[in-house]
Amino acid sequence: MKKFLFAAAFSLPFGSAMAQTPELTVYTYDSFITEWGPGPQIKAAFEAECGCTLTFVGAGDGAALLSRLRLEGARSEADIVLGLDNSLMEQARDLGVFAPLAAAPAGLALPVDWSDDTFLPYDWGYLAFVYDNTKLQLVPTSFEALAESDLKIIIQDPRSSTPGLGLALWVKAAYGDDAARIWEGLNDNIVTVTKGWSESYGMFLEGEADMVLSYTTSPAYHLIAEDDPSKSAALFSEGHYMQIEVAAKLAGSEQDALADRFMAFITTEAFQRVIPETNWMYPATDVALPPLFEQMISPAPVAGPLTISDAGRKAVVNEWVRVLSQ
Amino acid sequence: MNPVVKTCGIGAILVVAVLVLAPVIALLAQAETGGWAVGAWPAIRFTLLQASLSALISVVLAIPLARALMRRQFWGRGLMISLLGAPFLLPSIVAVLGLLAIWGRSGVMSDILAMAGLGPLDIYGLKGVLLAHVFFNLPLATRMLLQGWQAVPSEHFRLAAQLALAPRTRFALLEMPVLRGAVPSALLVIFMLSMSSFAVALALGGGPRASTIELAIYQALRFEFDLAAAAQLAIVQLLVGLAAAALAFHFGRAARFGGGLGAPFQNWDSRRWPRWLDGLVLVTAAAFTGLPLAAILLKGAAGLGLGLPAGLPMAWAISLLVALASTALALGLALALAFFIAASKRGDRIELFTLLLLATSPFVIGTGLFILINPVASPFALALPVTALVNAALGLPIMLRVIRPALARVNADYGLLAEGLGMAGRARFRLLTLPQIRSELGFATGLAAALSMGDLGVITLFAPPDVQTLPLLMYRQMGSYQMDAAAGSALILVASSFALFYIFDKGGRGAGTG
Amino acid sequence: MLELDNLRITQDDFSLRADLVVPGGATTAILGPSGGGKSTLLLAVAGFVPITGNLRWQGRDLAALPPAARPVSMLFQEHNLFPHLSIARNVGLGIRPDLKLTKPERNAVAAALARVGLEGRGAVLPRQLSGGERQRVALARALLRQQPLWLLDEPFAALGPALRREMLLLLEDIRAEQRAAVLLVTHAPEDARCIAQSCIFVGNGRAAPPIDKDRFFAHPSPAFKAYAGL
Repeated sequence: MKKFLFAAAFSLPFGSAMAQTPELTVYTYDSFITEWGPGPQIKAAFEAECGCTLTFVGAGDGAALLSRLRLEGARSEADIVLGLDNSLMEQARDLGVFAPLAAAPAGLALPVDWSDDTFLPYDWGYLAFVYDNTKLQLVPTSFEALAESDLKIIIQDPRSSTPGLGLALWVKAAYGDDAARIWEGLNDNIVTVTKGWSESYGMFLEGEADMVLSYTTSPAYHLIAEDDPSKSAALFSEGHYMQIEVAAKLAGSEQDALADRFMAFITTEAFQRVIPETNWMYPATDVALPPLFEQMISPAPVAGPLTISDAGRKAVVNEWVRVLSQ
Repeated sequence: MNPVVKTCGIGAILVVAVLVLAPVIALLAQAETGGWAVGAWPAIRFTLLQASLSALISVVLAIPLARALMRRQFWGRGLMISLLGAPFLLPSIVAVLGLLAIWGRSGVMSDILAMAGLGPLDIYGLKGVLLAHVFFNLPLATRMLLQGWQAVPSEHFRLAAQLALAPRTRFALLEMPVLRGAVPSALLVIFMLSMSSFAVALALGGGPRASTIELAIYQALRFEFDLAAAAQLAIVQLLVGLAAAALAFHFGRAARFGGGLGAPFQNWDSRRWPRWLDGLVLVTAAAFTGLPLAAILLKGAAGLGLGLPAGLPMAWAISLLVALASTALALGLALALAFFIAASKRGDRIELFTLLLLATSPFVIGTGLFILINPVASPFALALPVTALVNAALGLPIMLRVIRPALARVNADYGLLAEGLGMAGRARFRLLTLPQIRSELGFATGLAAALSMGDLGVITLFAPPDVQTLPLLMYRQMGSYQMDAAAGSALILVASSFALFYIFDKGGRGAGTG
Repeated sequence: MLELDNLRITQDDFSLRADLVVPGGATTAILGPSGGGKSTLLLAVAGFVPITGNLRWQGRDLAALPPAARPVSMLFQEHNLFPHLSIARNVGLGIRPDLKLTKPERNAVAAALARVGLEGRGAVLPRQLSGGERQRVALARALLRQQPLWLLDEPFAALGPALRREMLLLLEDIRAEQRAAVLLVTHAPEDARCIAQSCIFVGNGRAAPPIDKDRFFAHPSPAFKAYAGL
């Protein structure tokens, strides 16, 4: 009996929406749809102009999103997937479920050239090591410097975390065949490797390490939301890895026109201006940034391709595991 | 066998079978490649090592603690016994942060060491994983041992005192039989729980050396989408669990003492074992368990001071609902299985099969069920029932491990009498069985309820839009920089879980028998 | 009458055979050395121990019946009462195993308790009573069950001589009222002398047929002499 009640209760929103206004289903990651994330504001803004219902479905994190798509395959109810990033893009493309963009994106302002016909960036950020500037004075300016220092760092596992994977790709891009040497050097700096970003960042805030792998925009959160200027990001001379988050339309979507409209909406100001202070990433277009964002470091992107194939990713991760297991 | 018992029992076994086998089969059916997960061998090795050590250390340390609790009466004893259920109920990440507050590089212990001029404490590595697992499971092992001892009629202790038995003899006659039954049980349960530990092993493990089978499965499912490898690893886990369970059953024999009159236990033996030693054990255990909990409490209180997110009351209500549903389900399944096993000749083998649920990866269950359900129904609509079912299943083996010996004891002590009087069916359950197993039943139900409340497993795959449980809310806060607020949510979650546990546990124990 | 026809009980390395008839409407004492099988014999009649051979009560075959269906009330040596139920409820189980008693039935419970000298103490728990009082509660329950065959396994062994005699006489009173047959296992020959009509000696793997009490004690068998230290 209870099952029927639950099923009835939770399919009601779907049912009633279908009957009246068209509904657009967007799969995304969890932190997007929380009450403090971008989701609510973007939903309000889009629904105001489209006369439709926008439904976000949270599916864990970026990697979980991809795996959800694989599970659902062509039967997926999603019209749009928003939340994959450049490290997962090629694997996503291999699924063959996405439709090309209706029009070339306008107004993108990324530090690098972007010319993909399927995936549209909606925000981006740089990975960086974040530290407490009231406790750390001698900040390393490169991986080499970090490896040589006595500083303690916490990172994430590339096998279960997208920033973790990003770090491994970062070192690989910066050092190529020499990456193993850098990791060997970092081995004694690493306090621990966590499953995801939350655990490592939480442990860093508790004082378990001097630095944690996070984003250049992390200090912005503390500065703006908590009025706390004590966090800073370290600027590395090798350049920083860019995490570019993308959205794409599913070929099997029944709301083709509406989906195209949303994709176009992504690069408008209404969408982009929400991003900085809810998702804590840089907007993909030229929209004005909150003033305090100016105080963030401005690294150069590390040299090398933005995306990576499945085989390439496996190779990088295996090397990482091998070196750090010694 | 009573036909009702037979039908319910077989039904319960089928449910277990579906949950253990169906997901693995679903994964294999959906898999494309057939590669063998070669790289997982170090993970298997480490998993076996840490799980065995966790179980051993937890149980060995639990013995003096359980004895001390058994023997000493002190103010707050009942509360301490209940609090022993608490660490087990903590979500992993909450427990890790609490432990680090005391044992971490910037924790209390490190500060103390710094005052003596020594470097910070570095627990990362195998020792950190063991520390966390012992923190979780030592209290559980203690409760299980205590349960066994409380089943010994107080008349026997009185007899031992009267006979002025030497400590060694008393131990051999009264305490060894209990241990022989309870220790293999506790070892097994803790081994299985530690085997599937995931976030703890990663956060405190220090690096890729500390990889577990569970991580390999997670990686296979999330990043590689190698269903075949995930299924193979899940099967490895099941086989390991099976082997461990078979060992435990081989060595464990339930203690049988004959019925007593239910008088409360009294310790006449105080002069044999120094009181201060027991006191030391109790204080150390209380500190070890309590300090991290206190740290969680403090941080949580501070976090709550920042205000509650709007979604919290709803998330709390949903978690509670799911927890209660899953507890009811678990209780039904556990009783059905317990009675069926008691009446069946192959009881051990059936329980062994149920224990496989502990060795099953929740990721595998979730993904497998998703694959099975998705073609026929919307996973969103079934999210909460599925979550309740899976949570019930995960609590079931532990419940069974607690209830089954209790049932066996009642039947052994009073079976003849009840049969002679013609007490059968519902009357027998109501008048004899239920009052006699109340204490164990309360404990087991409390565990199941609290575990379900704090669970972060299956819901993530099935969560419909706008529906979130409290653990999910907490995790989302953590994923958005809101660590302090997350600590607040964690506090509410832990307090609620514990309250649920306490209500059932205390309700079962009633007054005075604590 | 109770017929044990070519009855054999085998348990591990113990075996007992019995070929005898127990008269109805009287008390028959069962005597013999420890480990001889007296209690086992009672358990077999009650249905808790498997047997080969025939077991009949008033011509009806008992062997096929489960314990609760046999016309038998059994008092064990101890643990006759459920420790978590009051003695009134323990006694009430003799009327209805589900304890859903009507008012007249509850009155009957109170009357039974009064009969065994525990008037007004129905709400008490077993552990609050002495051993002898607990046995009396068990007796009260047997009284209410009104079965034609009672099996008593050293029920008064823990009591002092005066109390034991009192209980034996009470037992005999009730038995006569209900015209029941009683099989009483006892270690005290004086118990047999007190209320038994005939005696069965169990020893050396055999339960001998009942012998009239006076003759049993006047001309004791060698085995009994050895047992009783005569």
